[in-house]
Amino acid sequence: MSALLDIKDVVVRFAVRGGVFSSAGSIDAVSGVSLSIEEGKTYGIVGESGSGKTTLARAVAGLHHASEGSILYRGQELRDLPEAQFRKLRREIVMMFQDPIGSLSPRLSVKSLITEPFRIQGMKGRDLDAEARRLLAMVGLPPEFAARYPYQISGGQARRVGVARALALDPKLLIADEPTAGLDVSIQGEMLNLLARLQDELGLAIMIITHNLNVVRHITDRVGIMYLGKLVEEGETDTVFSAPRHPYTLALLAANPEPDPDAQLMRIELQGEPPSILNRPTGCEFHTRCPFAQARCSTDVPSWQVAGPAAHRCHLPASWEQDKVCPA
Amino acid sequence: MTVLDIQGLSVSYGTPRGELRALRDVSLSVPERKIVGIVGESGCGKSTLISAIIRLMAPNARVRSGTVRFNGEDLLALPEARMRGLRGTEISMVFQDPMQTHNPVLTVGRQMIDIQYRDKRSKADKLKRAAEMLALVGIPDASARLNQYPFEFSGGMRQRIAIAMALMARPSLLIADEPTTALDATLEVQIIKRLRELQDEIGCSILFISHHLGVIAELCDEVVVMYAGEVVEAGSVRDVFHNPAHPYTRALLECDPGHIKEKTRNLPTIPGNIPDLVSLPGGCIFADRCPQRHDACTEHPVLSEASAGHRAACHLIKAGAPA
Ligand SMILES: Nc1ncnc2c1ncn2[C@@H]1O[C@H](COP(=O)(O)OP(=O)(O)OP(=O)(O)O)[C@@H](O)[C@H]1O
Ligand SMILES: Nc1ncnc2c1ncn2[C@@H]1O[C@H](COP(=O)(O)OP(=O)(O)O)[C@@H](O)[C@H]1O
Ligand code: SF4
Ligand code: SF4
Ligand SMILES: [Mg+2]
Ligand SMILES: [Mg+2]
Repeated sequence: MSALLDIKDVVVRFAVRGGVFSSAGSIDAVSGVSLSIEEGKTYGIVGESGSGKTTLARAVAGLHHASEGSILYRGQELRDLPEAQFRKLRREIVMMFQDPIGSLSPRLSVKSLITEPFRIQGMKGRDLDAEARRLLAMVGLPPEFAARYPYQISGGQARRVGVARALALDPKLLIADEPTAGLDVSIQGEMLNLLARLQDELGLAIMIITHNLNVVRHITDRVGIMYLGKLVEEGETDTVFSAPRHPYTLALLAANPEPDPDAQLMRIELQGEPPSILNRPTGCEFHTRCPFAQARCSTDVPSWQVAGPAAHRCHLPASWEQDKVCPA
Repeated sequence: MTVLDIQGLSVSYGTPRGELRALRDVSLSVPERKIVGIVGESGCGKSTLISAIIRLMAPNARVRSGTVRFNGEDLLALPEARMRGLRGTEISMVFQDPMQTHNPVLTVGRQMIDIQYRDKRSKADKLKRAAEMLALVGIPDASARLNQYPFEFSGGMRQRIAIAMALMARPSLLIADEPTTALDATLEVQIIKRLRELQDEIGCSILFISHHLGVIAELCDEVVVMYAGEVVEAGSVRDVFHNPAHPYTRALLECDPGHIKEKTRNLPTIPGNIPDLVSLPGGCIFADRCPQRHDACTEHPVLSEASAGHRAACHLIKAGAPA
């Protein structure tokens, strides 16, 4: 079966102003990412803040221009698709934004917000009151919320309004940027169960960006780990979680705070500061922070190595042969 | 010494449907040099509590009763000018949404100089301090990036900048409303570690709001659990996480996917909804959703001691039932 979304070597470049950065000229916030998402499946993207996750998601949703590479949706090239044509696709590919309050227009009531997609798509003749009730119920908010304004609801409630709005038009691909950040665990569970149910019912594919590794472990089929605009590891979630190969993945999994004040945590400390994409490290771009780096890591660029159900980019990947991690 | 001492605080919002009682009889305290966490469902009143402490409330909000003492001074009774003087110096804030903290049209460097307006140092010194502070929270190329505008940073970077700004004034109380939600796990633990170090160095107390139980467990000394506008449990992190006394706290801990070892697509939740705060039910506020509800629960339970320094508002405690 061919993938619903097939991303190949995508680069998203931003121009940077003169001044101290005059030498840079431009930065690649996303620097050659390839991944594909099957219909009805969930793909998780995790990575350092500023690693380009939102930028990648926005490129797929047509909100950023991809400078290089290709973004195939059902075989159709989305890169450089004229806005007029992209508009029709906005029913099928929807994006839920990271910032819950900021992305809701403060002047619109909740009802107007969640039914706005019908108006934008010019779908007349709908009973908007009924639609608003249906959508609110779907995300677990009482009907009287329809009359409220964004400043009258809490952060978590705003997130649910965002979900209702995103699902208004029964999309095929939902891109969710941190959909549960700021939600308590019970509502997070409800939200994720809701997405799972809708996924089963509607065959919805989900690309989810989240910092919450526990969420990724439970709900995604595949996961991609980003660092400095590139994937450093990607593959089947179970494989990546049970046998991570790239040192950044190891550090990330080890950092996951446990809900137990006495947990004995095996942390892998990353050295130094996250590097800037204005000044990418040579060789393996993770070498400035990698606890396992060796001489050649600072000069030789590691290639993308496919190993069974997962792939990674490291000269000295962790091996899990005897059920224990032994880097190099 | 108690830095922040809140007693019997009740706050309401005026709404077209009537009075929405967002906080009811909330008492909690933050001891000197301690980190106190607040957890609770979205809409339980955490942000309302913070806005009442720093007196930046929505126009339709009203304090019905209670006191908020900061180093002995009742904040609710202070003249506005004095309150303004405390905010950002003695009491600093980091918000859930870092964009709220930043002025979009000023460079980060400019903003960081502006918040040092009380200092007599030279502009160059202030810029140097700003760069040091940014480096401390892990912003690479700190001095170069001072020339950039907030939108040029990622969400997580903006959050770290907000933390840097909040700590620049060496406050005695830092209030942080979900400051790590935008960060990846490695940075989250790094920020937690830095917060702890900075807290120790500056000698401040922290009131830390988070939904991430793992973060609370790791960072905080004490934790306050809120539900629908009330404090339902409070105690040391160890007591509350290892021996939760309130059924709501137990449910919350059980819902944490971090606790669930087997992979599942069907995560546990707490069935039911938070009650309507405009028409409150009588009796225990959690009764609707409580698996252990019994006859006594039609009476509103008061906070009582489950063990030394560990309190919960549930009739099961008084009845001596095993928690
Ligand atoms: N409009 C823009 N102009 C210039 N640089 C930008 C712009 N938007 C993003 N960037 C830069 O691109 C990089 C990636 O940002 P992005 O928002 O995609 O990160 P992210 O992975 O979503 O991070 P977070 O987890 O913190 O939200 C960052 O270095 C950011 O400063
Ligand atoms: N300005 C307002 N007017 C009316 N109701 C409000 C206002 N701000 C918050 N609320 C309501 O007060 C309750 C508590 O909200 P909030 O303090 O933001 O919760 P939290 O921060 O715990 O998520 C919620 O029911 C919310 O909808
Ligand atoms: S290639 Fe070297 S520096 Fe890069 S992740 Fe692997 S071991 Fe670390
Ligand atoms: S008082 Fe009753 S209803 Fe309330 S939490 Fe305790 S057992 Fe449950
Ligand atoms: Mg982002
Ligand atoms: Mg809040």
